[in-house]
Amino acid sequence: MKIRVTINGKSYSHDVEPRLLLIHYLREVVGLTGSHVGCETSLCGACTVELNGKAVKSCTMFAVQADGASVVTVEGLATDGKLHPVQEAFWNEHGLQCGFCTPGMIMASKQILDRTPKPTEEEIRHGLEGNVCRCTGYQHIVNAVKAAAAGAGK
Amino acid sequence: MATTMTQTETFVGKRVRRREDPRLITGTATYVEDIQMPGMHYAVIVRSPHAAARIRSIKTKQAEAAPGVVAVYTGKDTERVGPVPCGASLPGLRVPHHHVLATDRVYFVGHPVAVVVATDRYLARDAADLVEVDYDVLPAVADPEKALAKGAPAVHPEWPDNTAFTFHQEGGDVDKAFAEADLVVKQRMTSQRLIPMALETRGVVAEWRGADRQLNLYTSTQIPHLVRTLVAQMLSLEENRMRVVTPEVGGGFGSKLNVYAEEALMGFVAMKINKPVKWIESRRENFLCTIHGRGHVDYYEVAAKRDGTILGIKLKIIQDLGAYHQLLTPAIPTLSVLMMPGLYKTKNVRADIVGVFTNCMPTDAYRGAGRPEATHGIERMVDLLADELKMDPAEIRLKNFVGKDEFPYATATGLMYDSGDYAAPLKKALEIVGYQKLRQEQIEARKQGKWMGIGISTYGEICAIGPSPATPAGGWESATVKIEPSGKVTVMTGACPHGQGEETTFAQITADELGVGLDDVLVIRGDTAIVQYGIGTFGSRATAIGGTALYFALQDLKAKIKKFGAMLLESEDVTFSAGQVTCNRTGKSKSLQEIAGASYRALKLPPETEPGLLATRFWEPPNFTFPFGAHIVVSDIDGETGQIKIRRYVAVDDCGNMINPLLVDGQVHGGVAQGLGQALWEQVVYDDNGQLVTGELMDYAVPRAHMMPWIENDHTTTPSPVNPLGVKGVGEAGTIGCSPAVVNSVVDALSPLGVRHIDMPLTPEKIWKLIAGGN
Ligand code: FES
Ligand code: FES
Repeated sequence: MKIRVTINGKSYSHDVEPRLLLIHYLREVVGLTGSHVGCETSLCGACTVELNGKAVKSCTMFAVQADGASVVTVEGLATDGKLHPVQEAFWNEHGLQCGFCTPGMIMASKQILDRTPKPTEEEIRHGLEGNVCRCTGYQHIVNAVKAAAAGAGK
Repeated sequence: MATTMTQTETFVGKRVRRREDPRLITGTATYVEDIQMPGMHYAVIVRSPHAAARIRSIKTKQAEAAPGVVAVYTGKDTERVGPVPCGASLPGLRVPHHHVLATDRVYFVGHPVAVVVATDRYLARDAADLVEVDYDVLPAVADPEKALAKGAPAVHPEWPDNTAFTFHQEGGDVDKAFAEADLVVKQRMTSQRLIPMALETRGVVAEWRGADRQLNLYTSTQIPHLVRTLVAQMLSLEENRMRVVTPEVGGGFGSKLNVYAEEALMGFVAMKINKPVKWIESRRENFLCTIHGRGHVDYYEVAAKRDGTILGIKLKIIQDLGAYHQLLTPAIPTLSVLMMPGLYKTKNVRADIVGVFTNCMPTDAYRGAGRPEATHGIERMVDLLADELKMDPAEIRLKNFVGKDEFPYATATGLMYDSGDYAAPLKKALEIVGYQKLRQEQIEARKQGKWMGIGISTYGEICAIGPSPATPAGGWESATVKIEPSGKVTVMTGACPHGQGEETTFAQITADELGVGLDDVLVIRGDTAIVQYGIGTFGSRATAIGGTALYFALQDLKAKIKKFGAMLLESEDVTFSAGQVTCNRTGKSKSLQEIAGASYRALKLPPETEPGLLATRFWEPPNFTFPFGAHIVVSDIDGETGQIKIRRYVAVDDCGNMINPLLVDGQVHGGVAQGLGQALWEQVVYDDNGQLVTGELMDYAVPRAHMMPWIENDHTTTPSPVNPLGVKGVGEAGTIGCSPAVVNSVVDALSPLGVRHIDMPLTPEKIWKLIAGGN
């Protein structure tokens, strides 16, 4: 099936199998390997991308369902070589160790801040419920989201 | 060209943000799954759905004929591939032959039976369903205590007692200690099987360059060089014809401190089809077929005097080994034995281990590896003793600690504790948490029928693993430092960081020693074609051993830099500091950059000095290091639901000197999360037939952000005398310190009901039943 998708502001068109998962489309067809596969069962959040402004788990969607949509992946966050405030905050606050969950975490964190610019700690933790990190114990991730929120308010 | 900055700013001890992060936060890092090569093929492994069965036949015709399929291999094809290695050796150890693909029998659910190779990953998956295996299902046993019972099904028919080994260790005079005791407390406790669950599953890309006889293996591992040595052996390939590359690794926690069947199998496939092949483990496979951790049943007895002095400890460990030995499987419980006295002075210990085969995935090193089990045991027992004697749990610990003036301290299990002040972190933690006030509050809470508990754990650990005689493969670590002609510095470490941040901490050490900027230093790891032989990252060893190897390589270079500087300055009286060699008489100086250039240009050389600036060190540590600390947990329990709420979590750790406290905190947080996972939520469940019930993230509860308490962490600093950096290691501390503090807290909360012990995980159901039953 032919699909047209805008990814990180660039438009792509591909002929794909109907059963191709969106995550595999992004990673293997488009070549954006920033989003990861941690479970393939929508339980870990490593594959989180933004679809029409909403964070989705790209392992539980088919590529054909993204036809006509606009997708943002972690690779699309930095502009003109300048990191997105959430990326910068993850770096400053040591919000990552092995980094495998990080692209998904950053996308989920961005979504939290898009919805709630000044989230409480509880709101942050709640907003990250769908994303597993096995390395950090989440504390520095929570700090990163707080820092990004504080920075954006300046 | 950027010039090498000489500077006086130092970096060790500072909360420097990590240098590896830019690629990770922008999604541009390369993990195994991200590797693409022209002509890449994809492998899917057909695995046994039964825990024990004879294979009558395997039919591959249909799969072979499926679209995209280029080959299907079974155990017959791989018979010549060497067995999956067990590196541990114990007297009388029974080692089953562990083929990469099953030949005539399968021994656990997930046992690899065949591999399907296709041009596309979806097609490979489709074809895997077409492989027909005819099984004659046999009775299985999944519980280690049941496996020891008479008449239990034999996991390996040649060993009907299911016993892989027994192990005995004794120190002091245990019988005398128990005879003289005023009281003996006894408890059976379990340390349940866990799934390490690195977020990146395992994965392998193998590429065979036939004309060069060169196998390139990209694998998500903690030990690239050991994988090269051992997989080359399995494939009968010359070791120097194999290159192992460890790209970015998405977490390991011990689960990638191993050599797996699939690593050799992909090498085999690539050599057969002459094309690159990729295998990426699914999460379900990861739960089934990557090593599990823990799996203990422990029987403890502690003898004591009425004043709380511990006189002796007896411990019997039943270790669930699973169906095979992976790299270190049988060695793990021996670490529990070494650690069994904890931080306490008793010299009389007796331990017996029975290693038991079950029809399950092998257990092996998972964060802490044997030490969390031991710490959980002794810390629970000390609380039981305190309870029996109506002593305060803090007081009984302070009474029995090895004193701070007794180091180095020889333990009953043959260790030499390097340095310590065990009371310091406990006192600090008690102060932070406000212990006395909390005990007052608890009295009030109890009057109101509330369940509130305070739990203490004071842990010690064996880190910087470890001197070579104590390890199966060499316990040293290596480092090479090259100062390039431009003065830029390249470090190659034999350690294999995968989240721990040595690209940063090693740059900090290097920058300080050479007086250059962090940006002048590049740290390379994880490629056997580039980096000198190394051991790898596990057992909290990378900084303490690998960092020390680096330190000594830097000292060698500094001496050489001084020689070149002295030559260029035509002076004997020079000092090297802040990236400059300076003549003490004239004050004239030469920068590192000038010296590096001159050393490679080599127009003139100092006496008996070779051109260039390169040094390699392999550092053998004289001892382990022994970090320690105290964790305190305050919990509130909802009597209606059995839910445990952790109100406070205080962790005071002493890991010696800290190179980067920001990263140390991260290690503690992550370690505590895994300890809490064990204490409260995680547990591997196999049913009686050996089916894995907790086979997906849906059924196996790892901690998520909303489940974690805020961790208040702090430190005391007792440098290690074992290495010149004074560091001890911190990778496992959080995990080791955590679980007993949590369980002690919950048992403390429920003690008015007469509750003495609860096995992990402390599920709401268990807690609710205790409260409902007790009221
Ligand atoms: S890979 Fe999509 S949620 Fe885990
Ligand atoms: S940083 Fe490793 S899983 Fe989150």
